[in-house]
Amino acid sequence: MSETAASPTRCALIVGATSGIARAVAQRLAERGWSLVLAGRDAEALEREAADLRVRHGVGVQTRRFDALDLDSHAGLIDGLDLAAAVLCHGIMLSNDAAVADIHEHRRMIDVNYTSYASVLEVLAACFAERGDGVIAAISSVAGDRGRPSNYCYGATKAAVSAYLSGLRGRLRPKGVAVLTIKPGPTDTPMTHGLTAKGPTATPQTVAKQIVRDIERRRSVCYTPRKWWPIMTIIRAIPEWLFKRTSL
Amino acid sequence: MTRPADPPRADRQRLAGWGLQPRVDCDVYRPGSADELAALLRDAHGRHTLISRGLGRSYGDPATNADRAVVLHTGMDRFLAFDDAIGVVTAEAGVSFADLIDALLPRGWFPAVTPGTKFVTLGGAVAADVHGKNHHRDGSFNTCLIAFDLMTPTGDTLTCSREENADVFWATLGGMGLTGFILTVTLKMLRVTSSRIDVSSTRVGSLDAMLEHFAATDEDHRYSVAWIDCLARGAKLGRGVVMQGAHAEGNGTTDLRPDKRRAKSVPIHFPGCALNPLTVKAFNTAYYAKHGSGRHTEGFDPYFYPLDAVHHWNRVYGKRGFVQYQPVFPEQDGAAGVRAVINKLVDARRSSFLAVLKRMGGQAVGPLGFPMAGLTLAVDMPRGAGLEPFLHELDAVVLDHGGRVYLAKDAAMSAETFRAMYPRLDAFRAVQRRLDPDGVMSSTQARRLGIVGDA
Ligand SMILES: Cc1cc2nc3c(=O)[nH]c(=O)nc-3n(C[C@H](O)[C@H](O)[C@H](O)COP(=O)(O)OP(=O)(O)OC[C@H]3O[C@@H](n4cnc5c(N)ncnc54)[C@H](O)[C@@H]3O)c2cc1C
Ligand SMILES: NC(=O)c1ccc[n+]([C@@H]2O[C@H](COP(=O)([O-])OP(=O)(O)OC[C@H]3O[C@@H](n4cnc5c(N)ncnc54)[C@H](OP(=O)(O)O)[C@@H]3O)[C@@H](O)[C@H]2O)c1
Repeated sequence: MSETAASPTRCALIVGATSGIARAVAQRLAERGWSLVLAGRDAEALEREAADLRVRHGVGVQTRRFDALDLDSHAGLIDGLDLAAAVLCHGIMLSNDAAVADIHEHRRMIDVNYTSYASVLEVLAACFAERGDGVIAAISSVAGDRGRPSNYCYGATKAAVSAYLSGLRGRLRPKGVAVLTIKPGPTDTPMTHGLTAKGPTATPQTVAKQIVRDIERRRSVCYTPRKWWPIMTIIRAIPEWLFKRTSL
Repeated sequence: MTRPADPPRADRQRLAGWGLQPRVDCDVYRPGSADELAALLRDAHGRHTLISRGLGRSYGDPATNADRAVVLHTGMDRFLAFDDAIGVVTAEAGVSFADLIDALLPRGWFPAVTPGTKFVTLGGAVAADVHGKNHHRDGSFNTCLIAFDLMTPTGDTLTCSREENADVFWATLGGMGLTGFILTVTLKMLRVTSSRIDVSSTRVGSLDAMLEHFAATDEDHRYSVAWIDCLARGAKLGRGVVMQGAHAEGNGTTDLRPDKRRAKSVPIHFPGCALNPLTVKAFNTAYYAKHGSGRHTEGFDPYFYPLDAVHHWNRVYGKRGFVQYQPVFPEQDGAAGVRAVINKLVDARRSSFLAVLKRMGGQAVGPLGFPMAGLTLAVDMPRGAGLEPFLHELDAVVLDHGGRVYLAKDAAMSAETFRAMYPRLDAFRAVQRRLDPDGVMSSTQARRLGIVGDA
């Protein structure tokens, strides 16, 4: 490498870039010099995020339209981009009662949280595998580690994402592509604001810092905050006959 | 439109101002966009009243709304545009002075008017029309403010400046959130070439000496403020240290880097007895002895924001909380007013750790604006038995000397005193009622002071 050539800036795609966690991830990546492509369904909101990142960090930011439910549009999502990383962040959480009461609403959650992930992950996988480089990261949840009576409909969509990423990781490893499964605990975003049963929440900034660190280190699984790794390791080890009697 | 189908969801929280009391239950909304705010306004209409909240650095109750709703602006904290050639920035009202400095000081721009903590939002700075150590020269925050967008209580968005909707502009400056929700703010920053401040301190032995010093030197310094020992009385009353400053000259590049220091935090509420007349006396005596006259250069953080070095420093007062009392007196009666307040504090053994005295440059334009050309004093007092009646006695002294108390600090004034101190209240009300015909805006403070008529 020649001394004089400016080091090329790494570019990351953030899908669902208006989400509370995604906004903090974008700030952290930009602070560390990444240029960004923000994708989402609300063009005006994306433009505000982009302007903010440009003023605060002076990095290059583009925006793109992305609707999780418009599967046919996904093939073109990364046309013309030269990406070193991609992070999928979009998602919805219906209350379990709402999902159980209306299968169409329930299916919409499945499609946003899982079907669209499967769709976009394959678009990314094909591109990254061909280049033989890069990191694909996607947000699952601690809620996907075990199905709880209060939240299993949402949890099941996240469990599906975790299993999918686990398989994809093995498939892409020989190609030099890293796959990161992100499992946040309850985090203070619009998704959880005003929910009474959520308990204490982490700040999006704390969570984002650990996510970016694990992207840059090409890790496999990111429990964040870190305490969720030992907690979920224990909870996952509880046998089903006992788990069904607990109220975790 | 963002999430149009979702009804806005509130979080029930117990909120207070920076003085920790009174603590009241509020339904807290945190919209992420103007569209979401408009949706929750429609939803609130006729059900409950609303008030904005920034970072909660006002000391009393203006950013709380007991048993009603509060709109937190911290979810709308984006920079929208910056012109590096002229230092003009447009940002959502939830952006703080800390954000401004982090983003723009490395490029050579500093807030032209800043309060004594950087954890204040632009919305809070407009709503209180905050002043800084340069009020004697430059005036309040409005002097660097170009325009703002306000969502009125009926859900319309008005651009307000000196030229456009001027009456709303001035009513909002100092209007403590009651004219509506400030969405975005456009302001002009100050060009600097260094992150450091040249400070000259001068120890003076009495109030008269201090006022002479102000009169002789204030115009030569962009910043000027004095710490006073509010235990000293008689001939020594008002003795203290005048600290004057100016932005240091630097190279405009590496010299703009902020000093890296990590803020410490007060993790728990101190027991209520940690601050007592003895510790206060020891502190004041030691401070006076330590700070002689001289010159030095220091970072902007210790100069402008000394208390920010300790997060949650308000907890040293314990859970009972404290008030900050800040009156301003007109020039001709200033010294007498300050003397009368300090004498009352010493008599009541309620003297303060930190008493700050500063000359203000000019009369506020807005109907609820605080400043007047004269002297302003700020003192902290722990809450405790008999404090409220004592504050009312101080209010009477302030009124006697033609002064008024700052609404960003006020926590106890009566509606009657307020009307007497703010004689242009009716002008404010006329604009407020026009903007808010259905009485959507209210706060704990606004009800206490009788500014709005919400039962
Ligand atoms: C250590 C310390 C030092 C200080 N030093 C100074 C000083 O030197 N000079 C000075 O003038 N003040 C000073 N203050 C007071 C402080 O600057 C003001 O109280 C300021 O208004 C706080 O801003 P905030 O963002 O915390 O707003 P909050 O305290 O949350 O709210 C204050 C008021 O602003 C309104 N408001 C907030 N955001 C909006 C919005 N987006 N739209 C409409 N209304 C809104 C609220 O309704 C409320 O009436 C100091 C405070 C502290 C704690
Ligand atoms: N917050 C937590 O406690 C927590 C914990 C564990 C895991 N997670 C997961 O972390 C991710 C981010 O969560 P968050 O808390 O940051 O959520 P959030 O702030 O509520 O954001 C959700 C995001 O999903 C987007 N979205 C929803 N439907 C979409 C669609 N059809 N097409 C495109 N985008 C769509 C939204 O876009 P709009 O802005 O356009 O509506 C929004 O950006 C989610 O996958 C969530 O499940 C969150």
